[in-house]
Amino acid sequence: MYNPQLNKHGELQHLLTLEGLPASIITRILDTAASFVSVSDREVKKVPLMRGKSVFNLFFENSTRTRTTFEIASTRLSADVINLNISASSASKGESLLDTIDNLSAMHADMFVVRHAQSGAPYLIAKHLVETGQDHVHVVNAGDGRHAHPTQGLLDMYTIRHYKKDFHNLTVAIVGDILHSRVARSDIHGLTTLGVPEVRAIGPRTLLPSSLEQMGLRVFNDMNEGLKDVDVIIMLRLQNERMTGALLPSAQEYFKSYGLTPERLALAKPDAIVMHPGPMNRGVEIDSAVADGAQAVILPQVTFGIAVRMAVMSMLASA
Amino acid sequence: MSTTTTMNIEIKHGRVIDPANGIDAIKDVYIADGHIAAIGQAPAGFRAEHVIDATSLVVSPGLVDLSARLREPGYEYKATLESELDAAVAGGVTSLLCPPDTDPVLDEPGLVEMLVHRARLLNQSHVYPLGALTVGLKGKELTEMAELTEAGCVGFAQAEEPVQDTTVLLRAMQYASTFGYTVWLRPMDPHLGRGGVAHAGPLASRLGLSGVPVISETVALHTVFELMRTTGAKVHICRISSAAGIQLVRAARAEGLPVTCDVSAHHIHLTDNDIGFFDPNARVTPPLRSQRDRDAIRAALIDGAIDAICSDHTPLDEEEKLLPFGEASPGATGLELLLSLAIKWAQDSEASGATLNAAIARITHEAARIAGISAGTLSVGGVADVCVFDPATRWKVAPAALRSQGKHTPFLGYELPGQVRHTIVSGRVAFTR
Repeated sequence: MYNPQLNKHGELQHLLTLEGLPASIITRILDTAASFVSVSDREVKKVPLMRGKSVFNLFFENSTRTRTTFEIASTRLSADVINLNISASSASKGESLLDTIDNLSAMHADMFVVRHAQSGAPYLIAKHLVETGQDHVHVVNAGDGRHAHPTQGLLDMYTIRHYKKDFHNLTVAIVGDILHSRVARSDIHGLTTLGVPEVRAIGPRTLLPSSLEQMGLRVFNDMNEGLKDVDVIIMLRLQNERMTGALLPSAQEYFKSYGLTPERLALAKPDAIVMHPGPMNRGVEIDSAVADGAQAVILPQVTFGIAVRMAVMSMLASA
Repeated sequence: MSTTTTMNIEIKHGRVIDPANGIDAIKDVYIADGHIAAIGQAPAGFRAEHVIDATSLVVSPGLVDLSARLREPGYEYKATLESELDAAVAGGVTSLLCPPDTDPVLDEPGLVEMLVHRARLLNQSHVYPLGALTVGLKGKELTEMAELTEAGCVGFAQAEEPVQDTTVLLRAMQYASTFGYTVWLRPMDPHLGRGGVAHAGPLASRLGLSGVPVISETVALHTVFELMRTTGAKVHICRISSAAGIQLVRAARAEGLPVTCDVSAHHIHLTDNDIGFFDPNARVTPPLRSQRDRDAIRAALIDGAIDAICSDHTPLDEEEKLLPFGEASPGATGLELLLSLAIKWAQDSEASGATLNAAIARITHEAARIAGISAGTLSVGGVADVCVFDPATRWKVAPAALRSQGKHTPFLGYELPGQVRHTIVSGRVAFTR
């Protein structure tokens, strides 16, 4: 099947989603990332792999954290980084998305790191680059609507591999607002592609999309049941605007039913790890005792995130 | 080449398919003074001034399209009457109904008169406006339906703006039924699926697109049918999209409610999977649904639960379509694809009993019956609106192949069967290829 993120040699041209990405490519990214982890511990935290290349961070939606991690990753690869907060500039002047892209391409961009509120926006950009003959420009999806956040998915895979070594005997639970979560979708594709036999979705029915079963998930509405004997727990952030209204009555009630407390964590395997893409709402989806506890690997996730983004960008730049 | 005057035309040796009159045979058609003078034998003293050799071609009534947006008034940058009526005759469409969602909305007799007058001056396809059911389509106050009818409206619609207040819908249906006017409604709940951009199903879940559930259609249909029982209003259901919705239409019909129903040509062939990697051309309303729904639509066209196929022609410009899927405007060009997509249905569903005759019926006299206009047949004495097409030729859908100003369609790149050769409107050759 046509896959817009691979070039005609089957190499990664853009990173748009983990869906449909061969396990071999994902594994190669994780292996490459492993070689970059040590770079951050050096006194000179730089490698010259992208020297002279220009990376444009195009954030049509604000996200200081993700933008910063891409910025650090680019800098450590010796690339030049240009940050554009588009929500505050062109878009408000009525310039279209593709006009913006054409203008920046004319400034000899080598890579666009794109965050956009609309699912699929990076596909439009990737397609436009192909149609205008700019095959040398790469697109990294840094989160599009509810669709995908592939570098977050990859860093989650990296974290799981780091702590659990093998994917083939794991039970992984994803907990919370899967309906609105691009992280959840990328994790689901990553986990199923890498051979995790059981992926569980846990949440109230208002926050779970229909047809999760068709994506290969086991669905639990009861958190206690869903956490039984799992190896990995991925907690999702509950957005403030969804805490009250027609989806949920209150943050308190959500915490009561779906908050990860030490008691609930005890239902999982004793060596289970707890992950969260951040930023956390302590006392809403996760109890502080768990977030700061021995089983939480939330800060290592952030560290690995830099190495994973370095791996993705360096592989794209060499494609 | 088009001519401005009528002349005596003879269409020779064609396969005449006129479902309304039960004709499917090789016959000659004689046209005089803008009317069908005879079929088979030339009338006494007939002298042809223009002869069309229709050997191996089909001669059918001109097509009747129940929904084509011409974008006037208000959206002339997207399309104009000239461009779209040019597209209509190129597609064999000789009569079309345009929905009231123009700017300003077709809610005043003067606007309707102007549109009808402009269309008449262009002397192309016959244009029949649908008036707005409520002022500004806002769902609050009734329009002057009797005045609008005098101005040329053939029914009253809300286009893509569902009436939120059920009391207003009840009143509108009562008032319309007082005068026997048909109310045209696209079944969509005003709240369920609001803001949705794709069928609520596995694909939308996977791609992270907000969904429009089937219950948006079925809940609205339940309401409409209940109101029909109370008011006795005649209702035409526009753009049915789901198997469950079709079931409700069937039940309503079996009960004897005066309801008719159409489907857009897109929904006969495509499903939500055609969105692929966020193709904005596949963004239409109602959204493309599942394969099960599409199969139910195809079957309903065979047994008549769906009366007609329309193009739902919606010309859009690049700025409205070259956007992320959720921001792209819904709609597609369709006037020039209607015939081919109807023929394709007949071919694809042949094993289930679909025929070319049935396909033609669904885009000619069945549509005309719903609209209450005298068109869609080759009846002797009737207005000579004729489409002569080559059923064997296949053509590739490409922007350059379309006369419409709208170039966006999910069928881009498709090879479609059937190509219009001649279109005759009121006895005048309006298009020849």
